[in-house]
Amino acid sequence: MNMSNVKIKLPKVNVDKIIKICDSFGNEPGELINVLHRTQEDIGYLPREVQEVIAQQLKIPVAKVYGVVTFYSFFTMTPKGEHPISVCMGTACYVRGSEKVLDEFKRKLKIEVGETTKNGKFSLDSLRCVGACGLAPVVLIGKKVYGRVTIADVTKILREYE
Amino acid sequence: MSKMIKLTIDNKIVEVAKGTTILEAAREIGIDIPTLCYMNLDEMCIKNKPASCRICVVEVEGRRNLAPSCSTDCMEGMVVHTHTIRVLNARRTVLELILSDHPTDCLVCPKSGNCDLQSLAIRLGVREIPYEGERTSFKLDFSPAIIRDMDKCILCRRCETMCNDIQTVGALHAINRGFNTIVAPAFEQDLQHSECTFCGQCVAVCPVGALTERSFSNKLIRDLANPDKTVIVQTAPAVRAALGEEFGLKPGTLVTGKMAAALRVIGFDKVFDTDFSADLTIMEEGTELLDRLTRHLNGDKDVRLPILTSCCPGWVNFFEHHFPDMKDIPSTARSPQQMFGAIAKTYLAEKLGVKREDMIVVSIMPCLAKKYECERAEFETDGNPDVDYSVSTRELANLIKNANIDFSTLPEEDFDHPMGESSGAGVIFGATGGVIEAAVRTAYEVHTGKKLESVDINQIRGHEGLRSATVDFDGLELNIGIAHGLGNARKLLEEIRAGKSEYHAIEIMACPGGCIGGGGQPLHHGDDSILRARAEALYREDAGKKIRKSHENPEIIKLYEEFLGEPCSEKSHQLLHTHYFDKSKEIISE
Repeated sequence: MNMSNVKIKLPKVNVDKIIKICDSFGNEPGELINVLHRTQEDIGYLPREVQEVIAQQLKIPVAKVYGVVTFYSFFTMTPKGEHPISVCMGTACYVRGSEKVLDEFKRKLKIEVGETTKNGKFSLDSLRCVGACGLAPVVLIGKKVYGRVTIADVTKILREYE
Repeated sequence: MSKMIKLTIDNKIVEVAKGTTILEAAREIGIDIPTLCYMNLDEMCIKNKPASCRICVVEVEGRRNLAPSCSTDCMEGMVVHTHTIRVLNARRTVLELILSDHPTDCLVCPKSGNCDLQSLAIRLGVREIPYEGERTSFKLDFSPAIIRDMDKCILCRRCETMCNDIQTVGALHAINRGFNTIVAPAFEQDLQHSECTFCGQCVAVCPVGALTERSFSNKLIRDLANPDKTVIVQTAPAVRAALGEEFGLKPGTLVTGKMAAALRVIGFDKVFDTDFSADLTIMEEGTELLDRLTRHLNGDKDVRLPILTSCCPGWVNFFEHHFPDMKDIPSTARSPQQMFGAIAKTYLAEKLGVKREDMIVVSIMPCLAKKYECERAEFETDGNPDVDYSVSTRELANLIKNANIDFSTLPEEDFDHPMGESSGAGVIFGATGGVIEAAVRTAYEVHTGKKLESVDINQIRGHEGLRSATVDFDGLELNIGIAHGLGNARKLLEEIRAGKSEYHAIEIMACPGGCIGGGGQPLHHGDDSILRARAEALYREDAGKKIRKSHENPEIIKLYEEFLGEPCSEKSHQLLHTHYFDKSKEIISE
């Protein structure tokens, strides 16, 4: 039985960052999504310890923070690669073969969706519609958009980042 | 007065206040639209109506789609039909889809016979489940008090409303999305590793078998059959005011005598009363209150007031998790359940000539947190717990049925002695305000040396979630606060933390209504009138008692003479007091 307090360890620089972000939103519980957004931008991902600090700062249950983190596919609890790859699986992209493109990325990188390569270079995710259906199927790497991607393009695209 | 609206439901005209939903308007005229997720806790002004189950859909003339009646407000001139063929087909399809992702092990489900989903399937005459598809599969979560079987969850979110809005514990929340949605603690940890207080209010409102209590019934049956063990039982005050409901008796029917008789038939060697140790709690807690008060009035800066009651294990868990900075202000007195166990396995064991390890102390409690409290390491001696395990009121009802007892014709019997005598003060522990009223009855007389003119301290009684009262202690104005429901407790604690509290003493109970509304009681489905009836029953039993003050209980007087010495003596401290732990989360930056 747990009879003592639980210790949550996090590098000081990250704790300071989170506290600053929460402060910038007035520590308002209603700003949770904005806080998570900014924190992920700064730290790269939202591990348990980060969520605990946010919950304490905003004075809300950590279960609620976790609920929001797991609801939105944008938020992640695993560190992203240096070059995060997102393959659009929205309706338009899907019917134009984005699943095959995604499979090709998985095969080439030897990772599943939501995972990061061992060298930390690439991570792979799928998302729903980036609003560029005219370019379907669409792949995002970082902030760069690739349109009308075919299986053959995958190797070429990856080579740009080597 | 708010604006009234006229509408037609199933050809009946009904007039309701603006803001009333179709479901509520229909219920006013005796039309019972079925629902699974809707829950109305009137007294607490909290409604759970996420419109997630879609069972309550109705047809509104002029509207294209069906409307969820629980969350659609009535409009002037609206014409509603609650059982057209379109509605019935939709309702059945919704139910069949829910059932397609629900285990059909009803026969062995702990909620069988008391399950809203099962009742609805019966009501709608479901004979097959035409849909077959993927099923959710989660691991079972066994905690010391509550079992979570999320495969059975229908995502009504009632538990989440109780845990967050009413109790402000925040252990449960909906996580993930779509088909993978689950109501769970953060990071899908077990309840035991979350902030859960085991108050059991989530179990009390779960419509299905997703949240149930950890049962000790089978263990008890085995122990009773063991000739080498002396099995004794204590019954909490709130049980006698609610147990009858499980046998079709009117809420508020007192079954004290029948319960004692039934426990003997079940096979207990001795049948005792937690009311006895409630009196003992008052002796210890009341003495502590007066001591702290006197020292405070004499200017001792080390004494912190208000003193908070500590009978409720859900409440103890709550402040250990959420207010550890204040863990030195609750009374150190153990709960009546634990005081009973500590005295039973020492004083009583010696009297009966039974060795500690051969005695099994069982408690019948309206509470689920008591199951956890028994297992706290500080309440055991050489690995042997003071109270072996706790059985809920609901479990007791099943045990009585299992022993083939016709409860309604059972003649009344008395408790055994020397731990069966109690005062009226011990009885009212089960209702909100009861503990502090009992404490005042004794503290007044000890402090002033005068006889209390009326033992009914009516200004303390009531049903509001937060109450305050002032009692005149012969010139000393004692300010008393009362909170039931942990959300209300939080408000008082935050006042104290901010240094704004004027109270000398505060009673806190985790469950709305106090123990009578505990997580182990017969389900009241949010009906406040049932809670009121149970409270009235306890005050009735109190009023009918010859002895109404704890310090006048002859068995208590004898216990101090023969064994403990005096309240808060060294022996009392060793057996009847405890200490609290900081269970909060600490952020360590490195």
